[in-house]
Amino acid sequence: MIGADLYTALPEITLALFAMAALMVGVYGGKDKLAEPILWATAAIMVLLGLYAGSKGLDAQTAFNGMYIADTFAHFSKMIILFSAAVVLVMGQSYMVARGLLRFEYPILIALSVVGMMLMVSSGDLIALYMGLELQSLALYVVATMNRDSARSTEAGLKYFILGALASGLLLYGASLTYGYSGTTLFAGIITTISQEGMSVGLLMGLAFMLAGLAFKVSAVPFHMWTPDVYEGAPTPVTAFFATAPKVAAMALIARVVHEAFGTVPGDWSQIIAFLALASMFVGAVAAIGQRNIKRLMAYSSISHMGFALVGLAAGTAQGVQGMLVYMAIYVTMNIGVFAFILTMSRDGKPVTDIDSLRQYSKAEPLRALALLVLMFSLAGVPPLVGFFGKFYVLWAAVEAGLTWLAVGGVVASVIGAFYYLRIVYYMYFGAEAEPLDTVRAPVQATLLVASAAIMVLGVINLFGVEGAAALAANALVK
Amino acid sequence: MLNLLSIITFTPAIAAAILAIFLRGDDEAAQNNAKWVALVATLATFAASLILLVGFDPQDTGFQFVEEHDWIMGFTYKMGVDGISILFVMLTTFLMPITIGACWNVTHRVKDYMIAFLLLETLMIGVFTALDLVLFYLFFEAGLIPMFLIIGIWGGKDRIYAAFKFFLYTFLGSVLMLVAMIAMYVDAGTTDIPTLLQHQFSTETVSLAGWQIIGGMQTLLWLAFFASFAVKMPMWPVHTWLPDAHVQAPTAGSVILAAVLLKMGGYGFLRFSLPMFPIASDIFAPLVLWLSAIAIVYTSLVALMQEDMKKLIAYSSVAHMGFVTMGIFAANQQGIDGAIFQMISHGFISGALFLAVGVIYDRMHTREIAAYGGLINRMPVYAAVFLLFTMANVGLPGTSGFVGEFLTFMAVFQVNTWVAFFAATGVILSAGYALWLFRRVVMGELIKEALKGIKDMDRREKLLIAPLAAMTLILGVYPALVTDIIGPSVTAMVEGHNLALQAQEAASQLAQN
Repeated sequence: MIGADLYTALPEITLALFAMAALMVGVYGGKDKLAEPILWATAAIMVLLGLYAGSKGLDAQTAFNGMYIADTFAHFSKMIILFSAAVVLVMGQSYMVARGLLRFEYPILIALSVVGMMLMVSSGDLIALYMGLELQSLALYVVATMNRDSARSTEAGLKYFILGALASGLLLYGASLTYGYSGTTLFAGIITTISQEGMSVGLLMGLAFMLAGLAFKVSAVPFHMWTPDVYEGAPTPVTAFFATAPKVAAMALIARVVHEAFGTVPGDWSQIIAFLALASMFVGAVAAIGQRNIKRLMAYSSISHMGFALVGLAAGTAQGVQGMLVYMAIYVTMNIGVFAFILTMSRDGKPVTDIDSLRQYSKAEPLRALALLVLMFSLAGVPPLVGFFGKFYVLWAAVEAGLTWLAVGGVVASVIGAFYYLRIVYYMYFGAEAEPLDTVRAPVQATLLVASAAIMVLGVINLFGVEGAAALAANALVK
Repeated sequence: MLNLLSIITFTPAIAAAILAIFLRGDDEAAQNNAKWVALVATLATFAASLILLVGFDPQDTGFQFVEEHDWIMGFTYKMGVDGISILFVMLTTFLMPITIGACWNVTHRVKDYMIAFLLLETLMIGVFTALDLVLFYLFFEAGLIPMFLIIGIWGGKDRIYAAFKFFLYTFLGSVLMLVAMIAMYVDAGTTDIPTLLQHQFSTETVSLAGWQIIGGMQTLLWLAFFASFAVKMPMWPVHTWLPDAHVQAPTAGSVILAAVLLKMGGYGFLRFSLPMFPIASDIFAPLVLWLSAIAIVYTSLVALMQEDMKKLIAYSSVAHMGFVTMGIFAANQQGIDGAIFQMISHGFISGALFLAVGVIYDRMHTREIAAYGGLINRMPVYAAVFLLFTMANVGLPGTSGFVGEFLTFMAVFQVNTWVAFFAATGVILSAGYALWLFRRVVMGELIKEALKGIKDMDRREKLLIAPLAAMTLILGVYPALVTDIIGPSVTAMVEGHNLALQAQEAASQLAQN
């Protein structure tokens, strides 16, 4: 039934074929002159595939003997991944062009990493999981060094590669242990083995190693060391990409593994995830206080946010997965807005990332400052902005699952975290005067910034229905 | 008028949106437009709230003017008022036009200032009308954002420290309440406040990390809510954010902070802690009573030593809020009547006192007590006004300040005589600091050169303070205006509380036999 299998995996295949075709066109065609058309085409095809995934909605199919799963959970995650990747591509375009960084490989590499992510969220097997993860990671290592002439960018790429390779090694070791003790690489097979023979020590070790490898990908503490350096070193559009789609994919993959393969023994992994969550929330919140560079600050902010999303997973229930998905959708929307703003920060044509440069920004650009204010309060989780509802969801799942201590830890961390978000508001609105930033027109970035802020405000009415879709997705995963 | 409450709540927000979208420019005409739009919106809100007051039936102890719509996650958008909350709504809508009037001389970012106040009004009214836990939390927390900006952008010299302290202190207090709310939702399966008021939370002793928690879940929930409301109130020893915030906030910000925002803590105790966790409230009542007594005596002593007028009034506010918590946790008719009365009256009196400080601050740009003296010679009207509110602050019979204090004393005397005794010494101290302030600022010879040209209150200032003076006197001589409205609801609440305690008593006796 190879035809049916291929048809089920059509989105991935389409994007992979497109990437290869674009590579050929780029190499034999005009090289970097074609970079812009390729970028637009990539973004367009991603949007189309996202819509396709949305239209698939409720159907659930498996292909390649269960190695590939296309269920509602996968479709939902793919929609977030594809849309955010497309938006990030478009919003970084002018930045890359202005700084001579837009090579034709850039959109192609992004497309390939997105193929990897789509595979990750659809994987039903340890091998498919590893393939997807590596495809994603390898493409990202290269993208991180996109600015070849900058020592920082290459350092970021190298650091990311070495630590990433270590994490992949851990993951692979865990996968091999799991395979050794269960006799199968299929998630469905692993869960059957567990329910028949119980959880052996070998499987437990395998699970722990796999979670460690995956925690690296979502930059959960204590596997977060790479994040600030890579965020800082990589060109800003690439950082924006790192902060969004790969995080969703990795988070969805964790949910997939723990529920599909180890769903019958939530007690064994829930503690590990709860620890990762608590450590991430606190380290992310405390370490960000000392940061003056907005990209490093956002790195720690994303560590903290991953901690909150993991709180949802630690609950080990469908409600928790739903909370995690809602949280990730909101997180991605907020980050797109913030990074759209960071892309416009420049002085004398050079990008600046020092938060000091935001002093009295509200005088120069009242609307953008207001939008950023909304996003900052939303990131801090202050109601009535949508960021609050993301936190509410995961905390609710945690309390419902009896993890009240984790919820208390989470809210305390969110107060610590509020400090540095507020500091940005303080610089913009009541800091002392300083040399102003350039006033750049940047229509695309400004629109995205304002749109993202508007979503944070208007979402209070009904969260744009994301709640219901996430519930369907979560119920598809957790039986 | 099926959605009168929504209209009252959101009229200011709509005005804020209109200002944000349509008003351009920052010249004098635009600034005046912004002020007038804000004034008209707040007056309209007040007018609408009068309809509410007229249509309100005090004999009905349930919720009135209820509106309900589905919202996300199984919550509801539910609004309503009862005898406990309606007067807080009235207090807010009554004070807002005065607050807007108090910022008539502001010239820095006027449009943003008006928007912040209008949004704040929506959020404050929302707190008092929300009948869904999450909706309540939404309004309760969201109010921090405009207040943070008001202190931070338009405040005094150390505004940044004060703004951060205000925000983080109150945020930390409330997030614990959030976890408690989630736990309540999980336990009761609903966030509907009227349903939760009927729900019995478990009081079975639980063991937590080796500690035996008497009162079980109720105790834990009570403590989480207490963390939030005690900071908001503010109670000793978590009051330290208030003097900072008051001193740095602009006049209008101080007025609204003292007159309305502090009342959210007291309202929270009345709406949640007392009726929802009666057993835990009973367990902790002695603690709260003593904390209140300490607050009254300690902060009055601190107020005596202040050199900054606003700081003095801020500490006096903490002391007066001590009477409120004392009354609430005495948990009898006089106590709760007195607490609500004290909150309403303190809204008028402290608001007026901050306005009065604002009047001379606008002229001399200092709040140092030592910089003034002998103002009576050039500002007779001001001296009279200041005297009236000083006396009201002390609790002179005939002013509204007396009624609240008297009722809470009477209540607490029945429960704990020693607390009543210490609290009574606080009254003497309050007479001390208030009269001493009056003497140093207003009385004596006018010898300071800088004060020789000072002008008396102008028409705008008189107009702003007149309604407050009227309310203080009217409520002082005819307190039934308030107690008639709150009485039946308070009676029902006290009865419910006593019933719950009796049931618990009976159950524990049954267990012993």
